[in-house]
This record gives sequence, C-alpha cells and structure tokens, in this order.
Amino acid sequence: MNRADRLPYAHLWVAILAFGAAAAMALMQALSRASLDLPYRSAKMYYLSVTAHGVLMALVFTTFFIMAFGYVVIRYALRQDVLGAAAAWAGFWIGVVGVVLAATAVLAGKATVLYTFYPPLKAHPAFYLGLTLVIVGSWLWAGVMIANYRAWKRAHAGEAVPLAMHGMLATVIVWLIATVGVAVEVLVLLLPWSLGLTRTVDPVLARILFWYFGHPLVYFWLLPAYVAWYTLLPRVAGGKLFSDSLGRLVFVLFIILSTPVGFHHQALDPGVPAGWKLLHTFLTLWILFPSLITAFTVTASMEVAGRMKGATGLLDWLKRLPWGDPFFAAVALSMILFAIGGFGGAVNASFGMNAVVHNTAWIQGHFHLTVGTAAALTFMGLAYHLVPRLAGRELELGLLAKVQPYLWFLGMLLFSISNHVTGLMGMPRRVYEADYGGAAAAQAWHGLTTLSAIGGLVLFASAAFFLLVMLGTALAGKRRAPEPLEWAEPLHPVGKPGLLDRFGLWVLVAVVLVLIAYAVPIWNHLRMERFGSPPFTPF
Amino acid sequence: MNVPLYEKIWMWAAGGMIVAFILMVFAGVAFSALEPPSHVETIDPAQVWTDARFANRGVTQSPTGATVIAVAMMFAFNPAEIHVPAGKPVTFRLTSADVTHGFQIVGTNANTMVIPGYISQFTTTFSTPGEYLIVCNEYCGLGHHQMYATLIVEEASS
Ligand code: HEM
Ligand SMILES: [Cu+2]
Ligand SMILES: [Cu+2]
Repeated sequence: MNRADRLPYAHLWVAILAFGAAAAMALMQALSRASLDLPYRSAKMYYLSVTAHGVLMALVFTTFFIMAFGYVVIRYALRQDVLGAAAAWAGFWIGVVGVVLAATAVLAGKATVLYTFYPPLKAHPAFYLGLTLVIVGSWLWAGVMIANYRAWKRAHAGEAVPLAMHGMLATVIVWLIATVGVAVEVLVLLLPWSLGLTRTVDPVLARILFWYFGHPLVYFWLLPAYVAWYTLLPRVAGGKLFSDSLGRLVFVLFIILSTPVGFHHQALDPGVPAGWKLLHTFLTLWILFPSLITAFTVTASMEVAGRMKGATGLLDWLKRLPWGDPFFAAVALSMILFAIGGFGGAVNASFGMNAVVHNTAWIQGHFHLTVGTAAALTFMGLAYHLVPRLAGRELELGLLAKVQPYLWFLGMLLFSISNHVTGLMGMPRRVYEADYGGAAAAQAWHGLTTLSAIGGLVLFASAAFFLLVMLGTALAGKRRAPEPLEWAEPLHPVGKPGLLDRFGLWVLVAVVLVLIAYAVPIWNHLRMERFGSPPFTPF
Repeated sequence: MNVPLYEKIWMWAAGGMIVAFILMVFAGVAFSALEPPSHVETIDPAQVWTDARFANRGVTQSPTGATVIAVAMMFAFNPAEIHVPAGKPVTFRLTSADVTHGFQIVGTNANTMVIPGYISQFTTTFSTPGEYLIVCNEYCGLGHHQMYATLIVEEASS
C-alpha cells in the first residue's frame, strides 16, 4: 500500500469494525423485539445494546467513514498529498481513544442513556469525555480538509474546485456549524454535571443544543453519500454527470438549510413556543428541495449512461446499467429506499402529523432508510470501490459483495415497512417489550414485530456478508497493481469558479439564518425562570 | 447556470410541491388549530408532589369539559387510570417527577413529551368512547417498556 493511503485506510477500518460490532448488537435487538425467548435477554442488555448500536452506527461508523472519504478526495480528486498529515493522524488517535472510552462506559453498563443522552439521565463522565474526543478528532480532520482546499486553490488560480471536494467542503462546514451545539451541551452542561461539579441541568436547554446539532448531523451523514452519487456513480455506470453546477447548487443549499431547523425534532416539547417551531418547520420543508434536485440529476446521469451504451426506448436504459457491480447496486438501491425515507420525512416534518408518529416505531423505520440505508449502504458500496484501490488488492468473495446490497434492500423493506406500520398503530420506539399488560392495542402489533425481526435477520446476514468481503479483501485479496480512482466527467465542461464556489459567502448566509432561527428563542429561554434537574441513573 | 429544460420543469414542480406543503401546514394552524403541544410553563421538579398545581392529581369535570392533572415518573403515570367524557374538550396538564418521559394515547394523535422542570399542556376531544392505552414513548430507564396507564373515555351523560 502507498504510505499516504494508510491515513484513509486506517479510518475506514475503524468505521468497518464499529459497523460490525453495531450490527451484532442490532441482531439481538431485532430478535428481542419479537419477544423471542433468548437466554441472554434482559431489559438491561436490551437498552445497553441499543445505546451501543446507536452510538457505534450513528456516531462512530459514519464519522470515521466520512473522514476516510475526505482524505480519499484530497488524494484522488485534488491529486495532492495530504497537507497536515500529522494533525490528521493526531485527529485519528484522539478519535480512537474517544471511541474506546465511550464504548467502555457503555459496555460496563454505566452509560445506558442511548445515543441521544437526554439529561437528566446521567452517564459516566467517561462517556461524555469519549464523545468529546471523537468530536475533537473530527475537528482536526475538518481543519486538514480546509487547509488542503486552500493549498489547492493557491496552486490552481482561476479553476473551480472539483465537485467531489466542493461537496466534502460543504460537509465540513455543516459539521463545524453543527458541532458547536453539542460541544456546548457536553462541555458546559453535561460533563461538569456528571462530575458532580454542578448540581442540576436544564433538560430543555440540553435538548435545544442537542437538536441544533442533531439535525445537521443528518446532512453530515448524507452529503458524503451525495458526493459519491454525483462524482463516482455516473462513472461506474458508464456515463457522465448530468450537471456539475446543479451539484454545486445542492451542496450550497445544504450549507444554508441544514441547521436552522432543529426544533422539528422538538415539535412536542413543552417549553418551546409554537411560533418558533413553525418557523423551523417552514425551513425544514425547503430541505426537500436539494434532495429532489439530486434525485433528478443522479437519475438523469444514469439514463445518460444507459443511452451512451446504446439504449433507445423509454426505460431500456435501466437494463444497460451495471446491476452486478456492488458499488452501483448499493447506490442505486439506497436511492430507491431513500425516496421512501424522504416521503416519510415530509410527514415527520409536518407540524400536525408529527404528533401521530413522534417517538413511535415509525421513527426507527424512517431513519433506517435514511442514515441506515441512503448513507450506510452507499458507504458499504463505496467500501467495495475504495478498499481494493487503497489496499492494492482484488476484491475477495466477489459473489457475496454482489448479493449483499440486494439482501440489505430486502431486509430493510421488511424491517422498515413493518416498523412504519406498527408506528402508525401507536407502538412506541425504544422498548424492550411491547406487551403493556396484554392491552388489546399492543396485541395488534405483534405479527408485525415478527416481520420486523425477520427483516433484522436478513439485514444482519447482509452486514455479515459485507464484513466477510472486507476482511477477505484486506487479508487474502490477490495483490494487484494500483488502479486510479476515476471521477465522473460532467456532460458540460465545468466553468470558472462562480457564486456557488464562494464558500465564505455561504457560511455567512448560514450563520445569519442560524441566528434568526435560534438567537431569540435561546435568549428568551435563558431569561425565563427555570429549574434544573438533578441526575438520575435508572439503569 | 445552464439548466436543461426537463430539470427546470422538475425544479419548479419540486418548489411548487414544497410551497403546497407549507400552505397545508399553515392552513392546519390557521383553521383547525393543528398545533403541537407547546405550552411554556416551568415548575421545580423537586417540588412536584407538593406544588399546588400538581398536589391534587386526577380529573376535574365541568359542564364544558374536563381537566386532567397527572405526573409521569419512573415507571408509572399517576393516576394510572383516567376517566374523561367523550365529545367534550379535555385539557391535560402533565409534568415529570424525575427523568424525561413521553405521554402518548395509542390510537389518537394525543402525544407530548413530559420533561422535568416543565409543564406540558394540550387540549383534545375524544369522539369515540372506550378504553385507550397510554404509553411512555421516551426511554426513561430499564422500566421504560412497563410504563403505561389506561384512559377510559365515557359516554357523556348528557
Ligand atoms: C444490521 C442492520 C441493522 C439492524 C437489524 C438494526 C436494527 C435496529 C433496532 C432493532 C433498533 C432498536 C430500535 C428501538 O428499540 O427503538 C435500532 C436502533 C437504531 N439503529 Fe439500527 N439496525 C441496523 C443498522 C443500522 C445502521 C446501518 C444504522 C446507521 C448507520 C443504524 C442506526 C440506528 C440508530 C441511530 C438507532 C437508534 C437507537 C436509539 O433509538 O437510541 N442502524 N436498530
Ligand atoms: Cu431532523
Ligand atoms: Cu419511558
């Protein structure tokens, strides 16, 4: 392996291992939810494992994968050695220490607070410290990404930065704006409180800060997937990117719209006035816009590919696409499931309808389509594409890799649809048992929880295939000559840098919108008479 | 920016759809008061049992409706059985004696977070008499799944 490729490769493996551990937890959860009598099954184990699964999937797997992809983009799209490699490695190790700390606290049963860690549930300080270190590590990554962009710009005056880097920079900016919220929450409110330095904490203030972070977190996961859809997929499909400038527009829209929307997660919170919730709801609905553009542009790029291969009829081009390529299949299938997820998202965001689905099983059905598929399945596909190139080895167990995305698709349909439906029937999320003293309403959920468990089994099989392919490739793949990573060319040549490349301007717009959405409600909140909560550890 | 015609049409359609969503939300708020519970009122969570607002828990009926005062705690609702009349507005006032909980009446759109230090309040009307399951829908500790109560909607006497 090229020495410089070790940096992304190390990040990738932390991501893959976190995914593997989290998938094992998920299997147990999924079976537990169908009330199967398993020997190790207890409420304590269930909630502990949901915490571990949520943290490892949503925070560790994603973050490390995205950092890896960022370095890949520097090396192969900017075509430069990573400037600031020492800082990058420091970020890696700080993040790894953070993961170990947080995971130890969780596995020891001292932090069964779920990945949202709402106070006054109190985790062991090591949990908060661990999360802080992961974020500090990611900030070093963000700094390295920005420094490399600057260096590239100096060397390429008058050129527009490659779209892949444009998208990754948007990711970095969204992340930097977002993490301010969780950093304040953890460092100012939770860490001192868990150490016993402060006595109480205001749970609503903590929730406001958490969701200030929590919604843009979603776009931190999604944007790198979009980068792959725009800049790698059309190439693998054998075609061209339909429009480079629309890609840039999409990334800029996400910089602006990702953050000032967090109250939509607090639609049912007391202590947050309805007017501000309404404003956040209006902004939220506009976030559908860049994703709808993406759906069109990426689909059109695939059609271009099919037609370049000679397709003629209306839908004939679909047949010409490389459905047997694991990267292509993973992305195409994740796009289909994301369309369903986007529809569900519109329901979640609607002011009135939210009350029907809030904190029901619908929600887990929803986010396993979005982060759990649109992002995660795309990342698995990307891993098939990147690992052989980084490791200098052939993809091993290619047949498993070919089947894996389809298995995920099938398992996710079963899992997600059954959870959407039980959610509409009122089944809450995050429950070990859904028996409720034999209440009739609860009995009605049970056939569907079994279906969801079957979906979970299929998903787990798919996750296991992925892990086998990765391990096989890294350990036993045939060595081969390095092969470059090829990026999609746009249909029309990229012009000079324009308005959409002026990141400073868009950051400014984003900050202004964040201030409009948050400054007044937070100010009003802080001025009102509030009573904090002492800590509780009911686990 | 040079945007191909079909994509332009698509973008206008997408924008139009979003505007339609927004108008729908707006209409819901303006005409049917479809507003999520957003009451702003605080309370000292350490004094919940003695605070005058929550000292007498239960249902108070009046000719025009009913008010329900209830406390969520690990891992039960107090009171555990709530009787309300059908067809009349019922106002719920809830708070938590410990961690954050949820309060969801299964089969209806009555749903709110219950957060220590804050009072949740919302008003709703139940049209169909019968027995309803109330569940806590926010993780609150190892007994989270055992936290429920019963709502009995009774035929209004007149
Ligand atoms: C191996 C496939 C997977 C299965 C079988 C699975 C299954 C589950 C189950 C049963 C729950 C618990 C739901 C509850 O009690 O509320 C859960 C929660 C969760 N899953 Fe997955 N999942 C899988 C993959 C993923 C992926 C790929 C991600 C994201 C990258 C993800 C993110 C989450 C998150 C964030 C939670 C929420 C935990 C919480 O409510 O605190 N899962 N999953
Ligand atoms: Cu959100
Ligand atoms: Cu609960």
